[in-house]
Amino acid sequence: MRRRENLLFLFVLILLILALCIVLPVNQGLLFHKDFQLGLDLKGGSYLLYQADLSKKDPALSDAQVMAAVESKIERRVNSTGTTEPIIQLQGNNRILVQLPGVTNSSEAISAIGAVGLLEFKQQQLDSSGNVVNDANGQPVWIPATALGSDGTTQEALTGAYLKPNAYVETDSSGKPEVAFEFNTEGAKLFGEITQALLNKPLGIFLDGTLVSQPTVEAVITDKGVINNIPLDQAKILVNQLNSGSLDVPLTVIQQTDVDATLGADSLRKSLTAGLIGIACVALFMIVYYRLPGLVATVALGIYAAILLAIFKLVPITLTLPGIAGFVISTGMAVDANVLIFERMKEELKRGLTINKAVQEGFHRAWPSIRDSNMSTFITCIILYWFGNTFGAFMVKGFAVTLFLGVAISLFSAITITRTFLTQLVNNGMMKNLTMYGEKKHD
Amino acid sequence: MINIIGKRYWFFLISAIVIIPGIISLIVFGLKPSNDFQSGTTMTLTFKPTVEESALRQSMTAAGYQDATIQHSSSGDFYISIREITPDERVTLQNDLQTSLKSTLTVDNYATTSAAVASQTVRYAIIAVIVAAIFIMIYISAVFHRMPRPTRWGICAIIALLHDILVVIGIFSILGWVLGVKIDALFITGMLTVAGYSVHDTIVVFDRIRENIIKGNNKDFEQVANFSVNETFVRSLNTSLTVLFVLFALFLIGGSTIHYFVLVLLIGVITGTYSSICNASALLVVWENHEWRRFISWIPGVPKNKKPEAA
Repeated sequence: MRRRENLLFLFVLILLILALCIVLPVNQGLLFHKDFQLGLDLKGGSYLLYQADLSKKDPALSDAQVMAAVESKIERRVNSTGTTEPIIQLQGNNRILVQLPGVTNSSEAISAIGAVGLLEFKQQQLDSSGNVVNDANGQPVWIPATALGSDGTTQEALTGAYLKPNAYVETDSSGKPEVAFEFNTEGAKLFGEITQALLNKPLGIFLDGTLVSQPTVEAVITDKGVINNIPLDQAKILVNQLNSGSLDVPLTVIQQTDVDATLGADSLRKSLTAGLIGIACVALFMIVYYRLPGLVATVALGIYAAILLAIFKLVPITLTLPGIAGFVISTGMAVDANVLIFERMKEELKRGLTINKAVQEGFHRAWPSIRDSNMSTFITCIILYWFGNTFGAFMVKGFAVTLFLGVAISLFSAITITRTFLTQLVNNGMMKNLTMYGEKKHD
Repeated sequence: MINIIGKRYWFFLISAIVIIPGIISLIVFGLKPSNDFQSGTTMTLTFKPTVEESALRQSMTAAGYQDATIQHSSSGDFYISIREITPDERVTLQNDLQTSLKSTLTVDNYATTSAAVASQTVRYAIIAVIVAAIFIMIYISAVFHRMPRPTRWGICAIIALLHDILVVIGIFSILGWVLGVKIDALFITGMLTVAGYSVHDTIVVFDRIRENIIKGNNKDFEQVANFSVNETFVRSLNTSLTVLFVLFALFLIGGSTIHYFVLVLLIGVITGTYSSICNASALLVVWENHEWRRFISWIPGVPKNKKPEAA
């Protein structure tokens, strides 16, 4: 029995040292150099949920194929913006979740990610006598510019699909930005035929149905071209869209949340301060009310916090504001198991048991209550996790995860750590004085 | 020993006094859904230099948002709630405001939700609540299956749980029309956590009653219940106190994002503790003594019940 307790004591100590090595900011290189992963609400950023219009997809492809293609294109677009640690996930069968840490207040960048990015080359429609046809507003009507494909039978419309993925922004002779692009072999053939047909006529370049540029064709061009008359920020977006390829279906933003980075940092600081003050109050209360066991419980609480934080870092668990609240609340609850045990111990002492016996009985008898009562918290946590996960509420999910882990570790801490420490103290005869248990000496 | 169970009807009265105004408010005013549950756009804006609320209101109207809800917070930022807008409309609105107010704005917080997402969230929230209720019920009956009449214990724990939920919902309904507090996904999260905590607290007391019944020193259920409540009284209070310490700290200085979420938990823990000490076991006693017969004795055929000894 003694031997087992000593082993447990050793085990707890090793665990604590490991946890501290992981958590403490000093000696970062010691074990698993990693930072805490913070959610968007704490570091700022954009959370976007896009819905795809699958009715516009190519009927030859399945929904899943289309969504996978869209996802990888979005991923390419996001990555090329240089966002650190973005999250891109498919949700359900027609939604894409995009989380962009650090990106806020830039609706243009955001709409660029979700825009189809379809580049089309068009020509003005001519009537039978060769005059330009105008629409009701007096504007020329544009129709897709087509040419005979290399199979020699079908008329192919020239689009961004025939570009090489190496478009870039350059400046023209007058220092204005323009987008340079290159056609692939098939595209070059089509463009050659089209420019031939449109010599000295305007060529319309459309992006997602909007005319961006209409140069007049001055020579037969095959391999490459430029789109000019475009602001620099739009030029960058266009390059990104051209190189990632146009999306297979149109997307709309159906949910968006932006948190300013300053606000996030402020929230983090506030919640951590609040947490520390709260935990300090708990420790003070435990020591004043339960004396020695209270002190032991406080030490156990410290170890508990270290282990939990180490798990957050290792897994890693994304910390959100409610997640931190869940962690802080779980420390309050972690004490609960100890309170149950100590109250039991006091009762056993009152019944006249020796300290040794009272400690053992206290743990033994409080356990069923602790187990039964915490199970309901586990049940709600699991349901909350599902709830948060199904519609992408990262804050709800964060809370469920930290509360669940917190309560689970707290059970371990109350049963194993507090018990081991108390037994050690009692066994070594260090604590004979009953007043140290907040109990009057009995005669 | 305090005679807690003996004063049970006083405690029921206190519960009723707290719950009934909330229920009335719930029926008359309902709850204010946030844009987690209703389509729309909300944003928190800070202006440099600061602007007057009336000026902002004028600019919003000029930009075409006559129905905008605008709240001015103590820290000087503005909370604006409007219909669902597209990213392009957002850019236009921000530019319009900056031009007309001659001030640079920062968007601290921006959230927009379409009707499709909102209705889905409502559906999932309802499912989550129902599933949680079912599982907690199953769990409670499982825990007390060794007792005679396990359903009775389960139902009393559930009534105590509903009591706690009603207290929180009622207070938030009142806060909704007094302070404009809205119900969001975190509110549902808080409610489910409160449900878990309420059961947690009740189980500790019930566990003790079960243990004392098994010991069999006393045959009178009411006395055993009162004895058990007294035995667990300090524990219940101390546990809640430790949780309340951390919650109060978070409520006071934890930041605005989780302010009302923490308030849900704060109210929930207080009422959860109250109901587990004052209501749950008392209900068991009421049932065990068939005291409800007193209230329906005017129905023919219902046997008259003897008056409970301690009241």
